[in-house]
Amino acid sequence: MDLQTFTELGSGLLVSLEIFFLTLLFSLPLGMVVAFGRLSRNRILSGITKFYISIMRGTPLMLQLIVVYFGPYYLFRMRLGAEYRMIAVILAFALNYSAYFAEIYRSGLQAMPKGQYEAAKVLGYSKTQTFFHIILPQLIKQVLPAVTNEIITLVKDTSLAFAIAVAEMFTMAKQLAAAQATIMPLMIAGLYYYVFNLVVSFVMERIEKHYAYYSN
Amino acid sequence: MNQSSQPENREELLTISHMRKAFGDNQVLKDISLHVDNGEIVTIIGPSGSGKSTLLRCATMLETMDGGSLGYDGVWACQASDGLGGDAQYASPAQLQKIHQSFGLVFQNFNLFPHYTVLKNVMDAPVRVRRQNKEEARKEALRLLDQFGLLDKADAYPCQLSGGQQQRVSVARALALKPRILFLDEPTSALDPELTADVLAVLKQLASQHMTMVIVTHELGFAREVSDRIIFVENGEIVDEGSPEQLFHSDKKRVQEFIGKLS
Repeated sequence: MDLQTFTELGSGLLVSLEIFFLTLLFSLPLGMVVAFGRLSRNRILSGITKFYISIMRGTPLMLQLIVVYFGPYYLFRMRLGAEYRMIAVILAFALNYSAYFAEIYRSGLQAMPKGQYEAAKVLGYSKTQTFFHIILPQLIKQVLPAVTNEIITLVKDTSLAFAIAVAEMFTMAKQLAAAQATIMPLMIAGLYYYVFNLVVSFVMERIEKHYAYYSN
Repeated sequence: MNQSSQPENREELLTISHMRKAFGDNQVLKDISLHVDNGEIVTIIGPSGSGKSTLLRCATMLETMDGGSLGYDGVWACQASDGLGGDAQYASPAQLQKIHQSFGLVFQNFNLFPHYTVLKNVMDAPVRVRRQNKEEARKEALRLLDQFGLLDKADAYPCQLSGGQQQRVSVARALALKPRILFLDEPTSALDPELTADVLAVLKQLASQHMTMVIVTHELGFAREVSDRIIFVENGEIVDEGSPEQLFHSDKKRVQEFIGKLS
């Protein structure tokens, strides 16, 4: 084992980071859309989103990855290029995580005191203003701990992309371990994931502190 | 209010006629008619569950009424098809939005925005909703806070205030939009006696400035002191109404009982 192992794992880490950030970028807002669907008074819409959430949470993410990656070929005989591999990963991760975030947002929205909406209504705030200026800032504060949990899980879940041979860190570690006939690359990858999560925890703690200036 | 003053000299701000409201099988408001003139202070008293709060919630459009009419300053928010207790037909959203500017509401449990400072709670709606100049809105908010003895709390958050202070902030928040009529839904029920006195002092101050108010309260002493008119509601109906003197010497047995129990 040598320096090359570290640098090769480092390049895998970059791919893992890409999966991580792109997944958050899409799933955090998409989760809000799903939560609204779930809470909709329209029974069809809330039924569909409920089913969507149960599928996303009730089947393995690895299977979802495979379905998203191979689905277009088996369903439509579409041959997608190599670049689709990464798109499939982001698509599957974003769809999966938005379901989890949706449930977190939903519980937060349902716990919001009705009086906040009523006060805003009497003061003349529009529905959009009420959501973005009155409800959302309070919702963010409330859901942060649960969201942090999901984000930490996501760091480790990025390794599932190996199922469709995306060269993220875990895929690299396995290849290196096989080539060098030692588990050290896997251990080093483990260290990288751990440090990654330390950073995530640190950042999330700072954000929680930022929102600690008031209590309900 | 002088009972003998000529009707044409008065300006009717709030008109409620034959208001009906049911939650499922529970007929909460049966046939409420109520008029409030400019500068008048009306308190609504009555036992718990009598429909007092629902009456305020229908008047402020937090609940939609089933039947009857509701008007502010001669403009209908909703009107019964038959002009009596028939089904209520609401006006267009644009008109309702305009009517919303006529009134303010103070809640029993304040409902301040916890993530905003006291100052922002008071000036945010004037700036964001009414598009007022920010500096002017800030000046007006600070003037109101000063008037209510809260100037030193302008930068505090609601969680740092006592209940009495929070309620005074919420009165300031409602007044910052310059409503023509202010509704108060049991403004002191969530407060202990000492804090209650603070809030009542603020309301007396408003009364002396002839702010038009409709107050649901259990504070009979306060009601007697500030009201032009007291309305006694029970089982969704107005049982008795009149000047404090008339009501406190009502010959209706139910009113006597209630007043005897509370005072």
